[in-house]
Amino acid sequence: MIAKKAMLIDITLCVGCNACQVACKEENGLSDKEEQILSPTAYTVLHEFNGTYVRRMCQHCVDPTCVSVCPVGAFTKTAAGPVLYDENKCIGCRYCMQACPFQVPRYEWDNNYPRVQKCKFCASRLEKGLQPACAEACPTGATKFGDRDDLIREAHERIKAEPEKYVNKVYGLEEVGGTSILYISSVPFEELGFKTNLSKIPLPALTWNALSKIPTVVAVGGVFLYGVWWITNRRTEVQQLEAKLREMDDRSNGHETSNS
Amino acid sequence: MKQILSKITFWKATAGLIFTAGLYATYVRFVDGLGASTNLSDDFPWGLWVGFDVITGVGLAAGGFTLAAMVHVFNLKRFEPVVRPAILTAFLGYTLVILGLMYDLGRPLQIWHAIIMWNPRSVMFEVAWCVMLYTTVLALEFSPVVLEKFKLTKTIKFIKRITIPLVIVGVLLSTLHQSSLGSVYLIAPDKLYGLWYSPYLPFFFYISAIAVGCAMVIVESFLSARAFHRGLEMDILADIARVGVVMLGVYLSFKTVDLIERKALGLLFLPRYETYLYWLEMVVGVFGPMILLAQRKFRENHNGLFAGALMIVVGFIINRMNTSITGFEGWAGKGYFPSWMELAVTLSIVVFGFVAFALAVKYLPIFTHAEHEELSPPADEWAKDLQTVSQLR
Repeated sequence: MIAKKAMLIDITLCVGCNACQVACKEENGLSDKEEQILSPTAYTVLHEFNGTYVRRMCQHCVDPTCVSVCPVGAFTKTAAGPVLYDENKCIGCRYCMQACPFQVPRYEWDNNYPRVQKCKFCASRLEKGLQPACAEACPTGATKFGDRDDLIREAHERIKAEPEKYVNKVYGLEEVGGTSILYISSVPFEELGFKTNLSKIPLPALTWNALSKIPTVVAVGGVFLYGVWWITNRRTEVQQLEAKLREMDDRSNGHETSNS
Repeated sequence: MKQILSKITFWKATAGLIFTAGLYATYVRFVDGLGASTNLSDDFPWGLWVGFDVITGVGLAAGGFTLAAMVHVFNLKRFEPVVRPAILTAFLGYTLVILGLMYDLGRPLQIWHAIIMWNPRSVMFEVAWCVMLYTTVLALEFSPVVLEKFKLTKTIKFIKRITIPLVIVGVLLSTLHQSSLGSVYLIAPDKLYGLWYSPYLPFFFYISAIAVGCAMVIVESFLSARAFHRGLEMDILADIARVGVVMLGVYLSFKTVDLIERKALGLLFLPRYETYLYWLEMVVGVFGPMILLAQRKFRENHNGLFAGALMIVVGFIINRMNTSITGFEGWAGKGYFPSWMELAVTLSIVVFGFVAFALAVKYLPIFTHAEHEELSPPADEWAKDLQTVSQLR
């Protein structure tokens, strides 16, 4: 089995040089202007909080919300870890954007046949055994690529080695069931724009909870409705038959009424 | 149409204006894209077209399955005279929902992908299939009206034969997707404001759809009675209003239980924008009509009945808009108000619906009901039954 790949982002090591974005834009052939907000032409950006830089990008969730909500399966989670989007399947309903807990997917609003855009985790480079362009470009090792299990271990080791420096939390370990992008930080995560109250269970479980009841609704509902019809219809039939019989009786008794 | 519109030139002018604006907006939408025509953004990917044209539109068309179930499954034949207008509304409603979707979808030419590219884990996938199938069911349920017009007796006979299975399938499909439109939002527990997010969303959407389905039948009966100088089936409509009131009662009690369960009662009194809109929705759509329509003197009075039903419809619309738009504004950290082009398209679709309904009523046997004994077995079967019974005697 292929080991799940991940990236560990040590926020304390990031100096905000933006080399990750430059490398990303070059790798993906995007416009080379510097951007501070995720966009169809910026798959990764640096957010600054009082001199601390936080990389924002697709988190490549272990059980991705976008993969579950897409009606046509335009999103897939590959065995190696990247969450990928297929514009040839996409119908443009934007449920992925509405549902993503990290608000990552961006839309080409100015295009009249728009695509959803986001980080691809350099899936094609991974296939060739290379690391993502951003990890390769990072001069300080703030972004480190590796197997997810190894990186989780390393994150805990770094925190353990310098407990006074780090906040005792690996962000991405269990948020919405876990992500492929892990963060450690010296500043509490909620002060860096992270959503720290996300549920521990993968969000797709919430909708599956409703969807999994469909067979029951159909079976029980179908039998119930047919049963109701069977009873009520029979009652009407009997009533009508009885009325006819009364009419017949009346006639044979010679009490013929005028509306024959 | 000429006759209808030439009577009221004001409405004619308004409709013309809306259509012109809608046509221009359509051009901008399909040539320059969603960015140029809408106020949608990455923070607010769903706006008026999803919230009203699709989510609200499907709900407003719920009268079709509600009335079909009452008459054909529960055998409440009294309600038969209003089944056809309800089915017509539903059929038009779903057609317009699909039309609205073509505007909202970024890649509308690939809409058919849902047929062959499956993702059973997606609520949207389920809704897509239910809407496709139910629109087909509605077309079949409505077909006798058109066939009657052209006197295609054989085909009518066939459709009548499959009416019961058709209605049952229609009710099941409606149950599934009316509730699933609520399930769509289950995925966003952190984004949707606490007054609207609830694990019971599918249930709330389903019950409120039945209530508004009843209300819509009443409203459209009133409007068409006015337009065509037709009499009103007051006794029937008042009873349908009672069904609506019961549904609102069930809805209200579950809403309360839900808020208590989630320990969210405090949200009702927070001085926030969401709080006010929530109360607006509840007062207009639930408390108001319940109080009004629970009383016989209002329910059996023309104006009272119409006002009550209209309140349910308006309240329902506010609820769906709150769930799909207001509830996300806090999380997005910014407001959303539709662009004039979004409004023009939505209004055009609504006006188009009114015109299509009026034309159908004018040229097809919608309110003038031909046969009452649609579903009773043919005469020869009766004769056979009678023979057996009289032989037994």
